[in-house]
Formats: sequence, C-alpha cells, structure tokens
Amino acid sequence: MKFSEAWLRAWVNPGLDTQQLAEQLTMAGLEVDAVEPAAESFSGVIVAEVLSVEAHPDADKLRVCQVTTGDTEPLQIVCGAPNVRAGMKAPLATVGGRMPGDMKIRKAKLRGVPSHGMLCSARELGLSEEHEGLMELPADAPVGRDLRDYLSLDDSTIEIDLTPNRGDCLGMEGVAREVGTLTRTDLTPPAFEPVAATIEVQLPIDVQAPDACPRYLGRVIRGINPDARTPLWMQEKLRRGGLRSLGPVVDVTNYVLLELGQPMHAFDLDRLSGGIVVRYAQPGEQLTLLDEREVELDAQTLLICDQERALALAGVMGGIDSGISASTENLFLEVAFFTPEKIAGRARHYGLSTDSSYRFERGVDPELQWRAMERATALLLELLGGQAGPVCEVAAAQHLPVKTAIRLRRDRIRRLLGFVPEDAQVEDMLTRLGVTVTADGEGWLATPPSYRFDLAIEADLIEEVGRVYGYNNLPSANNHGDLTMRPLPEAEIPLARLQALLVDRGYQEAITYSFVDAELLKDLEPDCRPVPLANPISSEMSMMRTSLWAGLLGAVRHNLARQHSRIRLFESGLKYIQQDNEIKQINVLSGAVVGDRYPEQWGLENQVVDFFDVKGDIEALLDIGGHAAEFQAGKHPALHPGQTAAIVIGETQIGWLGCIHPGLARKHGIPSKTCLFELDMDELRKGRVPSFEKRSRFPAIRRDLAIVVDVEIPAGALCDAIHRQAGAMLRDVLVFDVYQGKGIESGRKSVAFGLILQDSSRTLTDDEVDAVEAGIIVQLEKQFAATLRE
Amino acid sequence: MEALAALEQQAREALEKAADLKALDAVRVHYLGKKGVLTRQLKQLGTLPPEQRREAGQSINVAKKQVQEAIEARKLQLQQAELEAQLSAEKIDVTLPGRGQRSGGLHPVTRTLQRISRLFAGMGFESIEGPEIEDDYHNFEALNIPEHHPARAMHDTFYIDAHHVLRTHTSPVQIRVMETRKPPFRIIAPGRVYRCDSDLTHTPMFHQVEGLLVDEKVSFADLKGMLEEFLKYFFERDDLGVRFRPSYFPFTEPSAEVDIECVICSGEGCRVCSHSGWLEVLGCGMVHPNVFRHVDVDNEQYTGLAFGMGVERLAMLKYGVNDLRLFFENDLQFLQQFR
Repeated sequence: MKFSEAWLRAWVNPGLDTQQLAEQLTMAGLEVDAVEPAAESFSGVIVAEVLSVEAHPDADKLRVCQVTTGDTEPLQIVCGAPNVRAGMKAPLATVGGRMPGDMKIRKAKLRGVPSHGMLCSARELGLSEEHEGLMELPADAPVGRDLRDYLSLDDSTIEIDLTPNRGDCLGMEGVAREVGTLTRTDLTPPAFEPVAATIEVQLPIDVQAPDACPRYLGRVIRGINPDARTPLWMQEKLRRGGLRSLGPVVDVTNYVLLELGQPMHAFDLDRLSGGIVVRYAQPGEQLTLLDEREVELDAQTLLICDQERALALAGVMGGIDSGISASTENLFLEVAFFTPEKIAGRARHYGLSTDSSYRFERGVDPELQWRAMERATALLLELLGGQAGPVCEVAAAQHLPVKTAIRLRRDRIRRLLGFVPEDAQVEDMLTRLGVTVTADGEGWLATPPSYRFDLAIEADLIEEVGRVYGYNNLPSANNHGDLTMRPLPEAEIPLARLQALLVDRGYQEAITYSFVDAELLKDLEPDCRPVPLANPISSEMSMMRTSLWAGLLGAVRHNLARQHSRIRLFESGLKYIQQDNEIKQINVLSGAVVGDRYPEQWGLENQVVDFFDVKGDIEALLDIGGHAAEFQAGKHPALHPGQTAAIVIGETQIGWLGCIHPGLARKHGIPSKTCLFELDMDELRKGRVPSFEKRSRFPAIRRDLAIVVDVEIPAGALCDAIHRQAGAMLRDVLVFDVYQGKGIESGRKSVAFGLILQDSSRTLTDDEVDAVEAGIIVQLEKQFAATLRE
Repeated sequence: MEALAALEQQAREALEKAADLKALDAVRVHYLGKKGVLTRQLKQLGTLPPEQRREAGQSINVAKKQVQEAIEARKLQLQQAELEAQLSAEKIDVTLPGRGQRSGGLHPVTRTLQRISRLFAGMGFESIEGPEIEDDYHNFEALNIPEHHPARAMHDTFYIDAHHVLRTHTSPVQIRVMETRKPPFRIIAPGRVYRCDSDLTHTPMFHQVEGLLVDEKVSFADLKGMLEEFLKYFFERDDLGVRFRPSYFPFTEPSAEVDIECVICSGEGCRVCSHSGWLEVLGCGMVHPNVFRHVDVDNEQYTGLAFGMGVERLAMLKYGVNDLRLFFENDLQFLQQFR
C-alpha cells in the first residue's frame, strides 16, 4: 500500500513529523518500506500561459511562443512540443531554475532564436511517464504560481508492506484509523452526501452464488461527458498511490479503491445485454480480459455475466468487451462484497494479481459497499456530469460475515503478554480500533468491527492490546522455566563428533543443493528411482538427490577449475529415494577425495590418494562407535568395479566406498583417482556404552606367518579363517605385508600375518603356540591352497 | 723428585694435545695404566731405601692424583665439545613446514547452527530433526495455513505432488513433536528449508532453526527476554539493540519480527540495513490456539512461544559475508576461512 502523506494527514493529522509517523507505523506492524519525495527535486517552475505561437524561422519542429508569467513583459520561449497552442497553461521552467537531475535552466538560443526558459512536459518534471507534449494545466491554474506549491508537490509517498491479515489497511481510511489509534488522534474524514437518484433506470441483478457474493450493489449512471478529464488533484493522488491515470471513470473507481479500500468496476451500460448475473463459470467457458488475454474458465471461478455471456472475473478483472471506452456515455457501476475464501487463489490460478483481487482475498469490509457506491457516484457526477439511477442491492444476510462478541479476559492478557495494561487503557485502544467493548467481571465482551477479518478469537484481541501498547513497551522476563535434566543416551554418537573427526583428518565440509541434475543422477545411480520436483527452478536442479555424490562431484569440479588440486570434501544430509510408492528420506554422510594424500611438503614424497587412505578415514569413523564392519568387494554403477567395497555391519550394508568409475569420471570431467564414500548416518551414529573386561596379567606372544595364496583370495577371508581356527587364544591378527612379484609364482601373492596370542589365565607355552600356528597353517592350506612362504 | 714433577708436566702437555676421548684414553694408559709411567714408579718404590719409601710413595700418589684429576677435567672438556659438535651437526631449519594432514573445517552454516544449538541447549532445548519432503498437512494445514491462504503465496513452495512439498520452513517439526509427545515441550529444530526463489538475495535452499517452548507459564515477556538474551550472546555484544515489531504468521498470535541494531554500522544506517539502522533477524510469537487444537494440546492449560531464524542471515552478519550465494558454491577459498 502506497499513499501520499498529505492525503493521510487530511484524514488524521497527529503532531508527528514524517520520520516519526513512519516509525510509529513500522512499530505497529505496518512496516514502512519506503518514504520518498512525492516529486523529484526541481525549482523555479511556475504556472505560465501561452499567449501566442509562431513558427520558428529555421526549424520545422520548433515553435516560438510568447508566454506570460503574470509579469508585465511576456517571455519568448522556443518550444518543440506538438501540443503547444495559444491560450494553454503549462509549467514553465524559468531562467535560474533547476530541473530534475539538477539541470540548470539558462538563457539559450535555439537555432538562432533566443529562449528565456523552457515549457515542460509532465515527464520532464518526473510527474508522469507520458510524453505527448506539454503538461497541460487547467484553465483556472493561477499564472505565476510556483508549480510545486500549486500541485502540493512538497509531499512524501509512504509505502507500507502489509501483512496478509491487514486487508483493512489497504485503503486510506484504514491506515488513518490505525494512525488515529496509535497516536490517540481523532479522524477527520472527508464529508460526502448520498446521491439521490434522478433517473429511474435500473438493471436487474440476479445473484446465483450468494455464498461467494453475499452483497452486490449496482447503479446506472447515464449521460456522462466522454470528453471530461481527470482533475490534476486526483491524478496526483493516484500517482502518489502508485496508480496511473486511465481516464476519469476508471480513475474515480481507483480513487475510491485507494481511499476506502473498496474495489469496484464500471461497465459500459450500452455493451451489456439484459441484467447482471453473478454465477460460477461453466467449465470451458471463455473470457477475454481487459489485458486482452483470453482465459478458459473452470467451475470454481465466480463470474459477473449478463444474460448472454461472461463479463468479468468477479473480484479480479473485467472483460474487454464490456469495459469503459473513450466514447462511453452510460455506465453500470458495480460494488460488491465477495467472500474471501471463495475468491482466494482464483487470480493466481489465472496468473493474475490485481489491486482488486489482492483486496478481496484479504477481505473487504462487508459493510462498506453503500458508502463506496455513494462516494464514487458523487465523484463521477462532479467530474463527468450525468444522472444517477437508484442503487440496487442484492444481499444474502446469511452469507455475510457476522462479528460475534469475543470474551477477553484480563487474566488471559496477563498470561499471554506477561503484563496487562489498565482497564481504561485496554478499552480506549480497542474502541479506537473500532471494537465495541463492554466490561464484564473477568474482563470484557468485545465485538470487532466488520472490517477486521483478522480479529476472531481472544488471542487476536490480546495481540491488538500488545501491538497498540507497543511490543517494545511490554516487559521482558528472564525466567526460562524450571531447570530440568534431559536424557543423554550414551550410545548415541553426536553428529558433531563424526564431523569433527573428518575435519581433523583434513576434510572440509560442503553443503550442496538437495536437488540436482537428472542426467548426472542417472549416471551415478541408474537403479534408484529419484523424486522429481513438480516445479523445479531449472533442469540442473530438478531431481531430489539419491546420493550426495551428485552435489559433491559438482563441488569437486568447481574447485578443480579454480586451481585446487587437493580436495577433501564431506557432506551430511538427506537423500531421497522412491521405494514402493513411498519416499525414503535417508540420512547419510558422504565424501569425495581427490589429489595428493598429504599437503605438498618439502620432505615428503607425495602420492595420490587411494582407496586405502579413505578406508582409513572410514575405519576411524567406525571406531568411534566401536563398529566391527566388514569391507566386502562389491559393485556400484558409479564406482570402479575392482575398487569398490560394500561396508557391512552384521547383516546390514551401511555404505559404499570406492574409486570413481573411470568411464563416469571421463564423462563428467572428474579425475579418475577420485575416491567416494557414502555411509548411513543413522547406523554410523549407533555407538555403544563401553563395558569393562578384565585384562590378562599374562604376556602376549607374537608369531609371524607368511603364506602364499592366489591373488584373488581376499585378506579378509584369510583373517577370518585364522580367527576361527585359533579360537579365543588369538587376540589379534595383523596383516603386515602383502607382496607379489619376484620370488612368487605369477598369479599368487604372499601375505604376512602377525598373530598376537594371549590367554587370560596363564602364560602360553611355546608348545601351545606352535600347535595353534600349525593348526592355522593346515587350515589355510586346506581352505585356500595356501603354502608357507620359504 | 724433579723427575716426578717433569713427568707430571709431560702428562699435562700430553692431555692438552689429546683431541678426542680416544687420544685421552691413550694418555691415561700411558701414565696411569698397569704399565703406565707413574704406576711403574710406584712399583719401583721397593728399590728405595725404606726410610725414603714413605715420602716417595706419597709424592708419587700426589702426582698420580694430580694427573688423574687433569684427565677427568680434560675428559669433561672433550665430552662437552663432542656434544656441542653433535648438537651443531644435528641443527635443523625449524622454519620449514611440518608434515601430514592439516585441519579441514566445518561449513559456516554448520558452524553457526552448532553455535545456535549450543546456546539453546544451555537453556534445556533439545535439538530435533524432521523430514524435508513434508506433507501438506504438517507444512501448512496444521500450522493454520489453509489452502488458498494468502500466506501460502508468500512461501514460493516447491511441490513434489499434490500433497507433498519441500518444507518451506522448519515449523512442521513443531507439529511432529507435539503430535507424538506430551507437553511441556522445549525443542529447537535446525535444518534445510526450500523456497522456489533464486536471485541475489535468495537461494532456493537455506537453513532455519525453529524453536518451541510450551509450558504452563510461558508468556510473550519470556519470548522477549529469551530472544534478547540469545541475540546478545550470539553476536557477543552486550549493548546490542533489539526491537520487537508486530508482524503476522498464521501459526502464532501475537506475532513479532525481531530486529537488531545493524551490526555493520551500529545503527548509523548503511547499505546492509537499507539505511534504517535495523536488521530483521527472526520471526516469533505465541503459539496460535488453532495450532494447539491440531495437536490436541489444551490451550487453556498451556501457552507456548515459538521462533524461527534464518541461519545464513545470522552467519552473514556474524562473519561479514556479503553474498548469500557463496554459501552453496562450496569454493574452498571461501570455506577454508571458517575452519
């Protein structure tokens, strides 16, 4: 809502300057977005009359005018405007004056003819976008008067950003009411009288959808002057309210819209056939709107029609065929109340948002229609002449909003605000807001005014009390309730702990968008059904991620392109997968690692990071929870088939680790040595509470054992077999060497184990250890065709 | 006797010439060893007349002791020199860089989230997460935003289908908690939220922290006090100006927006605060009775306060980041500033 400060002050004029007024509005919830001068800065521009116009001797498009400013001597002004003519009044920028943009007016010669100033167009003065020629001032404009003074341009426009609950402030009257309440100042509304009918013409009105249109007023006005122009004062108020002048009839309806907040519509009476019908649209019905767009209507759309066709989208926009034109002489004026819930969303459905729909959706005062009709009629007759018929009203009382009394308890105010003002103060605040208040024992019975759709329950009134009293004047308390202890499940690993571990191992956390490129996702996880967005911002952000790798690889690429060769990123968050008509939202921890193992260092021969570096990081993550996870060779479409591990705890796979598939890497411009991991966060965060085990007092014995097996046999399987064979006596197995090459048959490899043996009740003898070792060797020979390495 | 003094003198000269411990030992053996010069003198005592023996023996022993001490002194000297030589040989350039992994870092949004969570944890707030693909009921209906409500248009919602959206705020977590537990409630809900909007000052994804406190004696005064305290601690500014402005959220009544005195210009007016001196940092209010009705909490017995804040906004103000979009570029040069 944008309006002229002077207009507001005509309604209510508290003893505050502009800045204080804006501050008061903002602090009452009517946030002032901008306070701007009503006109650009200019000076020395006065009302002048053109006395004569002659052709310029050397220029076809220029004219030489004699212009009076009331002084004895007329001024000679050279002017290029096509509409300049003797007898017209127009603004003259006098020598020494300044135009917008700080352009100084000097005496000049135009094609050899001296000019003592400049006749101005409205556009040159920053008052309009139009540039048809000079700004024509009314015949009664006083010659010699300063234009700023004449048009009251030393005014401000105030723009407030209204919250959707304050539809009542979408008119001058509502804002004035608010200011009156806040500053405890009485209102001085403009006076106007109802216009008595002078003709009998009526148009029948048939409201077939009374639930959506509980009140409809119509009035015929005949014989208006089609040549009338909108007076400057009205144009200026409209301009300062952010509306363009569109001819006097529309200007009057817009004026009433700005003044009272009531949208109205004027039809060209001669283009209507029969009476008015208010009904819902037939599916498929067509209507060409004022903006020349043709829309196909659905059955939820309320229409204003005549006997033959749809005329207008009720409360949204009129149709082009029945609208006012430059030759309109007879009008049908509509003022209605449409039920907000029935109108809501309709404009948006057709891709529209109009001043009218904006107000109806938020709620127009259901008791305003008569006043608005009379106000508009009075203005129309004043500006355009003509004769008005009687006002015809069709109302369905049972569908009009009814305001019932709300109990407002003093104690409830205190409970909700932590404070309650004096009774008299509460009553004064509410009364000024238009609420009818009667005291009862515990507080009041309060009936809100018809224009406050947002006041329906006790809490709404309590907000009003707090709001008008001023949130900043309400007390603050620092008792945040009783101290209570919360459960602290020790086995739950905080996310921050896992994040900290990765950070300490040199990872940088990334946060990437949850929606990613559909193509990339298909390459990464062809077997997953992703969740598409119905209304994505772009095709690169159209699919919900089924893996965090999509975003991380994007971040890798971004940084590679910026000369970072060593990148270690992780991210935690949800991934989204469709499974059996259900969307699974799974919390994961993922990472991407590229480049050297360590930061480049003078004494270190660096190597490119590989599977086992990242596996070490994951093992460290798993250590936090004491997880005994297995890394099993696996296959994942995004990963190198020979360098992929499925990470398994018990029976549950909790994630993947691997090097990127070289084909994928090539296609997406990512280094082929990129390592990726993704772990189920919920599983990872399941820790354990440590449980003490008695330590053995007896020494441990280490035996080293090197065997030769086929290269295909995984070390993990060998370790498992050793554990199973050795039993409880074997405390740990280390793999301390893996070798292939000279001295070992091709296709075979040597694996060296360190066996740590210990018993809890005695010192092991060499014989016992020898026996265990021998058993292991036999078992490995049998199970894996292993041979002892010489 | 003169011979003895000469011997002692000779020994001292030899010691001076011994350049290392090995040479020193050779000197020791030469004079004091089993067949050493001085040792031999003692052995020859028997050849002296008995009345001279005692005196001569004493003299030899004195000389021996003198030489012994000289050797020890020289030994210390040589050891010291040797140690110094070793130290000097082992000198390194300590200005050269160290080896191994360096610290990575948390994303500034996470860093800020953790800070907010910790501040509220101190007041007993439990941190809870909720789904990001949310149903219409939890994201809108239960929060008193029915279909076609003008507030829905302000949300720029991403839709999955007719009944599912990407949550437009973290407020649905309020509903999920109140549905499944019994009051009192004291929770915060941090997380990602989504709005279908992308320009200089909007990203289609950002982070919020929602807070909810429901108990028998919770008032707007508590809301004011708590948030004033939070903002002062968050920005670590005791004199931070904070103001509460009436606003509108369908799920709170009364509702407020909270402004802080601009932390960039200290309220003088600058580009960041659009020359108003104030910065809007969060929205809050008292839980709307309709919300309580949806989750079956007795509106007469309980009152509640709720608040929601944009994490990126707070991070920008705290760290002076001037471009929202930087948060999601994941540029290492940006991220590494927050470790």
